[in-house]
Amino acid sequence: MKHSINPLEETPSQTAGPYVHIGLIPQQAGFEIFKNNFSNNLLAADTKGERITIEGFVFDGTGAPVRDLMLEIWQANAAGRYNHPADRQHGKALEPGFRGWGRTGTDFSSGLYTFETIKPGSVNGRSGTKPMAPHVSLWMVSRGINIGLSTRMYFDDETDANAADPVLNLIEHPARRKTLLGHRSTRDGKIVYRFDIHLQGAHETVFFDV
Amino acid sequence: MVDEFGEFYQRNRDVQPPAFTPGYKTSALRSPRIPLWSLQNSLSEVTGPMFRPDELGPLDHDLIKNYAHDGDPVGERTIIHGQVLDENARPQAGVLVEIWQANAGGRYRHVNDRYFAPIDPNFGGCGRTITDAEGRYAFRTVKPGAYPFRNHINSWRPAHVHVSIFGSGFAQRLITQMYFEGDPLIRHDSIAQTIPDPAAIERLVAKLDLNASIPLDSLAYRFDIVLRGRRSTLFENKLQGN
Ligand SMILES: [Fe+3]
Repeated sequence: MKHSINPLEETPSQTAGPYVHIGLIPQQAGFEIFKNNFSNNLLAADTKGERITIEGFVFDGTGAPVRDLMLEIWQANAAGRYNHPADRQHGKALEPGFRGWGRTGTDFSSGLYTFETIKPGSVNGRSGTKPMAPHVSLWMVSRGINIGLSTRMYFDDETDANAADPVLNLIEHPARRKTLLGHRSTRDGKIVYRFDIHLQGAHETVFFDV
Repeated sequence: MVDEFGEFYQRNRDVQPPAFTPGYKTSALRSPRIPLWSLQNSLSEVTGPMFRPDELGPLDHDLIKNYAHDGDPVGERTIIHGQVLDENARPQAGVLVEIWQANAGGRYRHVNDRYFAPIDPNFGGCGRTITDAEGRYAFRTVKPGAYPFRNHINSWRPAHVHVSIFGSGFAQRLITQMYFEGDPLIRHDSIAQTIPDPAAIERLVAKLDLNASIPLDSLAYRFDIVLRGRRSTLFENKLQGN
């Protein structure tokens, strides 16, 4: 057992359980309670940037879609700026109306999840590294997941930026980098990125200890 | 200079449940098997969503009143309160705390809950609040009942409240469960026991707080929450490029 040098220890995580929807997305649990609900739509009328849908499935170890999972995304705006005081990048305008965060549950019957957002811009990397390619951070919990899982989705049409991305390049096996790519297509005139997540198995997604 | 938004300390996985815990059967097919890839924090991890008190309704933290239709919900009137700190013992002000729970009979208001304990018409079972300047939060609710679940054939969940917390950065994101002091089911619970360190489980057990109880009205339990600490970076912030 590692003894901590911190005054306090982090509170242990527990599974969000099968009824996570009640607390975080009550409309999916089947009732109305709050006036203001958080949702999977990050857009305001005046949000700048290319409007996109991110959708996909989260597969368990048998290849079945997980249908009771809750996902959150966190991203920069189209200029590559996070709506947070720690972001002090120069020359990238903050958009007060764009929080850059959303949450949703996978569908109880199909398992599909969907976010409506914009494609983020590139964010600076750590000092001495190249800029990070556009990406969104994802965090997921469900019954059977003891501690929330973190990953990133990159955009498959950003070939050059992805090739220079300081995080993708750290991942030892090139085949595993591909698990972090969302795949662009056009459907009914809308841009859709398909991003499937594999919790385990031959195509296990890269999850980060952030 | 000292930066209040430095990187987070590495997560101490010894006090956290591993992903694969065969005693809790659902984890078997939902646990990554390849070790997590360690990522030095970038701006994507040290930033995170912020929430304003005016985004919440005035009763959102009051589970006795926020779904009451023709009276109060059945159950032990209970206050759950505490402080959100980080590993440096710094209070975390302005962070969103969300909770959800079963009613006093152990039944959730959820389309997928088929347990035959009745739905309480006056109880929704969820609430949310934002911590004050000292990192304090408080909810009023009724104590949830224990309920069975299909893990082993005689598996019961101890009374518990699910708690979701945001910090000031997305890497602090945490969901946990709060138990009640003295509950004999905790030691039999395959979910609480996913945590390997008994002292860590004990930190999920809210303590009876008679001084915070309201005489002739409600009992109180205290549950403090600790999020990951941030470094105070001196002189040079290697985190951000330019
Ligand atoms: Fe529960």
